[in-house]
Amino acid sequence: MIEIRDVRKSYGDAAVVQGVNLTLPRGGVTAIIGPNGAGKSTLLTMIGRLLPMTSGQILVDGMDVTHAASNALARRLSILRQDNHIAARLTVRDLVAFGRYPHSHGRLTREDGVHVARALEFLGLTHLADRFLDELSGGQRQRAHVAMVVCQDTDYILLDEPLNNLDMKHAVGMMQLMRRMADDLGKTIVVVLHDINFASCYADHIVAMRDGRVIREGAPAAIMTADAMRAIYDIDMHIEEIGGDRIGVFYRQPTRD
Amino acid sequence: MPADLSASPGSGRGGGLVLLVLLVIALFACTAFMTVGVTGGWAFVLQLRAVKLAALLLVGCAIALATVLFQTVSGNRILTPSIMGFDALYILIQTAAVFAIGTSGLNLIDKRLLFVGQAALMTAFAALLYRWLFTGAMRSLHLLLLAGVVLGMLFRSLANILQRMIDPNEFVVLQDRFFASFNTVDTTLLGVAAVITAVAAIAIWRMRATLDVLGLGRDAAIALGVPYKRTTMTALLLVAVLTSTSTALVGPVAFFGLLVANLAYALIPSHRHALTLPAAALIAVICLVGGQTVLERVFAFNTALAIIVEFLGGIVFLFMLVRGAVR
Repeated sequence: MIEIRDVRKSYGDAAVVQGVNLTLPRGGVTAIIGPNGAGKSTLLTMIGRLLPMTSGQILVDGMDVTHAASNALARRLSILRQDNHIAARLTVRDLVAFGRYPHSHGRLTREDGVHVARALEFLGLTHLADRFLDELSGGQRQRAHVAMVVCQDTDYILLDEPLNNLDMKHAVGMMQLMRRMADDLGKTIVVVLHDINFASCYADHIVAMRDGRVIREGAPAAIMTADAMRAIYDIDMHIEEIGGDRIGVFYRQPTRD
Repeated sequence: MPADLSASPGSGRGGGLVLLVLLVIALFACTAFMTVGVTGGWAFVLQLRAVKLAALLLVGCAIALATVLFQTVSGNRILTPSIMGFDALYILIQTAAVFAIGTSGLNLIDKRLLFVGQAALMTAFAALLYRWLFTGAMRSLHLLLLAGVVLGMLFRSLANILQRMIDPNEFVVLQDRFFASFNTVDTTLLGVAAVITAVAAIAIWRMRATLDVLGLGRDAAIALGVPYKRTTMTALLLVAVLTSTSTALVGPVAFFGLLVANLAYALIPSHRHALTLPAAALIAVICLVGGQTVLERVFAFNTALAIIVEFLGGIVFLFMLVRGAVR
């Protein structure tokens, strides 16, 4: 369980995240949605202790992320950000093996090797294992980073806009993967998404943010309404139910002058 | 540590072989340095050369380790501690010391004490500067570069003012210390420098797995449970200690570290510091000892190694800039 208590992040006078109180249950896929600048990624990076909060408290299974030992947290929670440039030349297998660092501290055991192989296979990267990262396409590289996170084998996995730069096929693949991680491996996934329809189709739980605050929270069916979408994104959205999923259509907006 | 070496089978294959070849070349260079062109009393010559060889080994290892460590922590392959205003600080400290008590006064103080004092001062300064730059709110590479360049200019200008104010004779003595020289190594300092370098090297070696993770960048390192602040501060402190030791021994060398570190990255097909650190140190030893041997024995001119090394290093630096290796 991730408990977020009255968390605030501000730069000078400008608050990016304020008054956020949230409890994310164990298991399933939780999507954080909202317009640009709503504080989604800021909140996620604070949960992943990559960014210190100005005030408030975040607990992961009762561990305070600000004060808990970084290594102990790394065995419970992993986070992947959007921009993952690496200066060193690494193969896919090297990168994925880094996921074992919190467990083995650089001395890989036989068991670690099994984890690496399993993570590679889970993401369909086995045949690319010995390729260098800079020889891969954007989608493959993204998958390699996710494989590292899978290899870290934590209960909680935080992903910051993992669909960025992915085409439709790979975006769907990534969402299916999150579902499989939640359903087959029992992980708790928290993901920042821009595509509202992906959130609707794949998430169990949606948290909507705007101007640094959580303004709506609930199951996809509860969030995917024209009213809620207007409150969150400030656009008129036509919601249709297609094949059991609620899909928002918003491509044509009345021109305002 | 066999378990450690087989840690990532993906890359690093052949890395061990490269290390072995480098080691052989380095040993060969050392042997050549000791034995080529010995005339007259062997005992005397060997002793003389052994001291010099020890100095070259120390300086080579210190610069190589400091550069690789610094580049890993700062997440780039073009910055070196000396580009960050270190040599300018060395010049300022030397000038200020001469300005305050004069060369005759300096000569009265125990050299080892002076050396330790200077190393401590440079370490303290570097730790302060890097602490502010790396762990503060701002972490941009360009800011770091800019700060280094600006501080370097500040130190140089301060040193210039002081130099204008001191006795011209003192200035001549001072000027002699501003050019790196691998010939006029102060042998009285070798013992202290050896201890410092050895302690730092052991500390770095124990950090090697963590350093690999740091190479992934700040966010990934934290996500993988590395105590980032503590680790980078320790690493930067070690960089400062090593750099001030080598600078105090031979004077400022700007591009040598860049040269050996990037040669090591090019030769070792792995990101792992267990391989790149020793490789860089061995390459540094080969460059210094081999270069010195060739220059002294083959071409029979004695002082140019620093210039040649800096020339090559400078070219590598320009090449990397042009190729866009700074990202």
